[in-house]
Amino acid sequence: MAKISMKVNGRDVSGEVEGRTLLVQFLRDQLGLTGTHVGCDTSQCGACTVQVDGKQVKSCTMFAAEAEGAEVSTIEGEAAQDGTLSAIQAAFQEHHGLQCGFCTPGMVMAAKSLLEVNPKPTEAEVRHHLEGNICRCTGYHNIVKAIMAASGQDVGAIAAE
Amino acid sequence: MPKDHGIGASNKRREDIRFLTGTGNYTDDINIHGQAYVYFLRSDVAHGKINSIDTAAAAAMPGVVRIFTGADFEGIGGLPCGWQVTDKHGEPMKEPPHPVLAQGKVRHVGDPIAAVVADSLDQARDAAEAIELDIEELPAVVDMKAAVQEGSALVHDDIGTNLCYDWGFVEENKGAVEEAFSKAAHVTTLELRNNRLVANPMEPRVAVGDFNRASGDSTLYTTSQNPHVIRLLMGAFVLGIPEHKLRVVAPDVGGGFGTKIFHYAEEAFCTFAAKQLNRAVKWTSSRSEAFMSDAHGRDHVTKIQLALDADNNFTALRTETYANMGAYLSTFAPSVPTWLHGTLMAGNYKTPLIYVNVKAVFTNTVPVDAYRGAGRPEATFQLERVIDKAARELGVDPVELRRQNFITEFPYATPVAVEYDTGDYHATMDKLVEIADFAGFEARRKDSEAKGKLRGLGVNCYIEACGIAPSNLVGQLGARAGLYESATVRVNATGGVVVMTGSHSHGQGHETSFPQVISEMIGIPEDQVEIVHGDTARSPMGMGTYGSRSLAVGGSAMVRAAEKIINKAKKIAAHLMEASEGDIELKDGAFSVAGTDKSVAWGEVCLAAYVPHNYPLEDIEPGLEETAFYDPSNFTYPSGAYCCEVEVDPETGKVTIESFAATDDFGNIVNPMIVDGQVHGGIGQGIGQALLENCAYDENGQLLSASYMDYAMPRASDVPFYKVDHSCQTPCTHNPLGVKGCGEAGAIGSPPAVVNAVIDALHSGGHKVEHIDMPVSPSRVWAAMNG
Amino acid sequence: MYAFDFEKPTSVADAVVALKDEDALALGGGQTLIPTLKQRLASPSKLVSLMGIAEMQGVSADGGTLTIGGGTKHAVVAAEAASAYPALAALAGGIGDPAVRNRGTIGGSLANNDPAACYPSAALASGATIVTDKREIAADDYFQGMFTTALDEGEIVTAVKFPIPEAANYQKFEQPASRFALVGVFVAKYADGVRVAVTGASEEGVFRWTEAEEALSGNFSPDAVAGLAASADGMITDLHGSGAYRAHLIGVLTKRAVAAAG
Repeated sequence: MAKISMKVNGRDVSGEVEGRTLLVQFLRDQLGLTGTHVGCDTSQCGACTVQVDGKQVKSCTMFAAEAEGAEVSTIEGEAAQDGTLSAIQAAFQEHHGLQCGFCTPGMVMAAKSLLEVNPKPTEAEVRHHLEGNICRCTGYHNIVKAIMAASGQDVGAIAAE
Repeated sequence: MPKDHGIGASNKRREDIRFLTGTGNYTDDINIHGQAYVYFLRSDVAHGKINSIDTAAAAAMPGVVRIFTGADFEGIGGLPCGWQVTDKHGEPMKEPPHPVLAQGKVRHVGDPIAAVVADSLDQARDAAEAIELDIEELPAVVDMKAAVQEGSALVHDDIGTNLCYDWGFVEENKGAVEEAFSKAAHVTTLELRNNRLVANPMEPRVAVGDFNRASGDSTLYTTSQNPHVIRLLMGAFVLGIPEHKLRVVAPDVGGGFGTKIFHYAEEAFCTFAAKQLNRAVKWTSSRSEAFMSDAHGRDHVTKIQLALDADNNFTALRTETYANMGAYLSTFAPSVPTWLHGTLMAGNYKTPLIYVNVKAVFTNTVPVDAYRGAGRPEATFQLERVIDKAARELGVDPVELRRQNFITEFPYATPVAVEYDTGDYHATMDKLVEIADFAGFEARRKDSEAKGKLRGLGVNCYIEACGIAPSNLVGQLGARAGLYESATVRVNATGGVVVMTGSHSHGQGHETSFPQVISEMIGIPEDQVEIVHGDTARSPMGMGTYGSRSLAVGGSAMVRAAEKIINKAKKIAAHLMEASEGDIELKDGAFSVAGTDKSVAWGEVCLAAYVPHNYPLEDIEPGLEETAFYDPSNFTYPSGAYCCEVEVDPETGKVTIESFAATDDFGNIVNPMIVDGQVHGGIGQGIGQALLENCAYDENGQLLSASYMDYAMPRASDVPFYKVDHSCQTPCTHNPLGVKGCGEAGAIGSPPAVVNAVIDALHSGGHKVEHIDMPVSPSRVWAAMNG
Repeated sequence: MYAFDFEKPTSVADAVVALKDEDALALGGGQTLIPTLKQRLASPSKLVSLMGIAEMQGVSADGGTLTIGGGTKHAVVAAEAASAYPALAALAGGIGDPAVRNRGTIGGSLANNDPAACYPSAALASGATIVTDKREIAADDYFQGMFTTALDEGEIVTAVKFPIPEAANYQKFEQPASRFALVGVFVAKYADGVRVAVTGASEEGVFRWTEAEEALSGNFSPDAVAGLAASADGMITDLHGSGAYRAHLIGVLTKRAVAAAG
């Protein structure tokens, strides 16, 4: 076991981990941050997506020890202290970008990462960016729409209004 | 002007707040102090005789609490099947036992052999590797047609055959159908496979068993679409625990799509082991484990023939289908290729004579059961493909051929035993022609050709049967359960309402849409209505969510209970206003006396019910709480017309979906936003089935598509924005909301449109390809073009 | 996963020492290794993370050579190689998905040599030099079959040197599930000839399609390879496509890569 320390959603945290402890296990089991989900074991579904030092990563495919000293952001840190949703979260609700909610934390974190580097993505760019985030409920329609809306683009013309 | 509350309003979902902030409560988020973890050692061969299981060394490994094998479950019930199909000779289906842990033989890759309970999951897995197994591998049965040949190896030796049943529907019509075929001007024949799928809700299954020695109560937390059904099946048939000592909780559930209907061995095991060990036992499926332990879907091989007269009227239809049951009968498996499939074969058409034959076959594969649509996508796919093929053979427009044969008068009794109450198939087709811009297709095709691509347009119609019912009928058909739904409406003293429903929400948004109905009925804001579901300790006996039934059946139960509430509240209001009950009207949250300005607010009546100082105690009881059970008199019959446009890259065979349009008639709609979302999701899964998804076994019964590395899930880049329209509404005539159900339509209606479009595209390029089995992958398209 | 020790040295020298322990294994971004460990298909005694070694990071162009540190992540290559070697940057930007690109490294990819990985085709088509802690290996000598390379046990890919071509392009046809290359073709045109490397297709892993190279070296145009067909012998047949289909795709993708390279 080794002691690790990092900053998660702005708070300093530490814990004892094994070499094999994954970041997602540290977040869920030791910190109780169960908003980050595990949906596969081959690093494809993206339900476990978080940011490490501002970069989108799959927390199921990174050892906790690799995040030593890092700044980690998870879904629990996205809304404001008073509960106000972030622009992305609000757009997901507004445009029904989630159904069962299981992939949602990963989708929101992936969307955040996209908009940080590409504030006005095209539809194709949004879809391409979500290559590593699988949703089984929505057919992606409202996820893509929500992300484009969160970027401030007019989505009124999109089909199915 | 769209409504901003009540029925018809696109209310934002209240459950989204917890899901968007990471504060949902999924089963894997539940941890019970001191819990142990179970790892299932699963068979890596498809078929084998268990000579011995030596757990001695494993049991001595660090952290091991106990190791269970099939021997520990001797004398305990196996997993029950909830539907008994009677074959064409009047004999019951073959129903082999399904032990919780394998006994004597293993019958599919993934069949659980031993369960290792340890202090940690890693320790359990370490110990599982130390179990010494002696399993003699036997020849595997994989191909369905080979499985029913003489001399095939047997999945279950003691039943002497791999044929579960041979079902004819309607057997009495068979002669007349044969005769119609002999007189037909044209017969179109198509042989196809409906590909085996894995449901793949993004949340893998989880079970946490708990036991309270002081009270003797067992609790199971599980990823289920229907906790009451699990309680009944597991309590009564497997573990012998009466309902009052067994609580089943299905908290937030991350998608179901059918595969979380069924009662699984892992649920029974965790409940059983928790009691044996007096310690909570938790199992969390990995995705790889899910591929070999979640019930799969579809997997039919069908020959369909359509007979037409000289005027292109459909005169008869006959099908022969082999339906894969897998190695054991999953909970509702026998019903899927029969009553959920044969009854749909009329589709939207007035074909007078239909005969459906289904041979259900055991193989050494994972059990197959309902997956979104369940039997109805299989029916729709074959029917809508054979119609397209007939149109091409006859040189007629596929849309016109469909229109010509549409059912236009309702109610309509089909030759396959169901009666459609309402529908307007021309209306949905008309709308489709408009929103899919059929008129512009040829221009778009030319644009595609200019880029070196082949463009195709595919259309299909569908009919669905939702909310399977009534119970007395389905009982005759072999169901071993009722198919009603329940609701308790509890009004609190200060006027707030709690609805405890037997329906379960795992993405459908009941917590938002159900209050809209109550709001509409009573005239109070939605935020005064709370929905409770997913806990047998908190809701009346319910049947759960599947078959697009929640609003049509569960919502109707809620309406019935709310009607009882309103009737009672009117009595109280009449008393308070010293008026006649018959003169009381409820509007906008207030009771008034017709023709007067007397009025009393909803909240005052509720308060009077609980503080009955001025109250007609001699006539009615205090309190305001009512329960209703609703058993529908018929299925509901949503219908629609779908259109897909594809481009095919002739060099690589790759198909891209250029557009997808759907028109559905769901009757009345409570929350249009949610309904659109349900259709989007269904289309996404249908495109997945059509182009990407393929659960494949090799000839030895090894699962080839055992993870997301080989099972192609649709990604955002595989699909376009969809055009959906729900303006065609013919309300259901027999439920109080006039609703029809929308959960499965997208998955039912979309695969044939995609494949029809691909075939159309290939023909436009001069490739006389009549069919490509799903998934229509690039390699298959290329092979078909170059075959 | 089986239990293992974890170390994160900060220099190549320390990493080399750490990897001398029996059954110690180097860990790059872990995007392949971690899923493998989850399936218990590997049981290292110790993982030595190379992610903390500053000297293995970064992209630099010097004259006609682009040098990429072995620990450089795909996302960094996609961004920082874009002006010097756009085809390589585009390849890096198409590996996996954004999260994978933020962890996975070029050294990890080349050391693993997955037969469907993208990077091996770029390295082979570019005639790159694989730099390790103890030597330099030409790409032609480095790739030795599926999951097999010239690396010794414990040897670390510290950098890769790519000669910058006059023109190049990578065409990837994705396997629909994994989104690895069902077939990927990298074409690179140099003053002294054209090199074509194919990934995803062969049971032997990445290979050079010499017939195409010869045809293109005289005439760098799509027409030069239009009539050329790769042999289906030794091509992978699986759920996602036959050997014949893969062989066909090699021709299609080569032609497209040449057209796109201009």
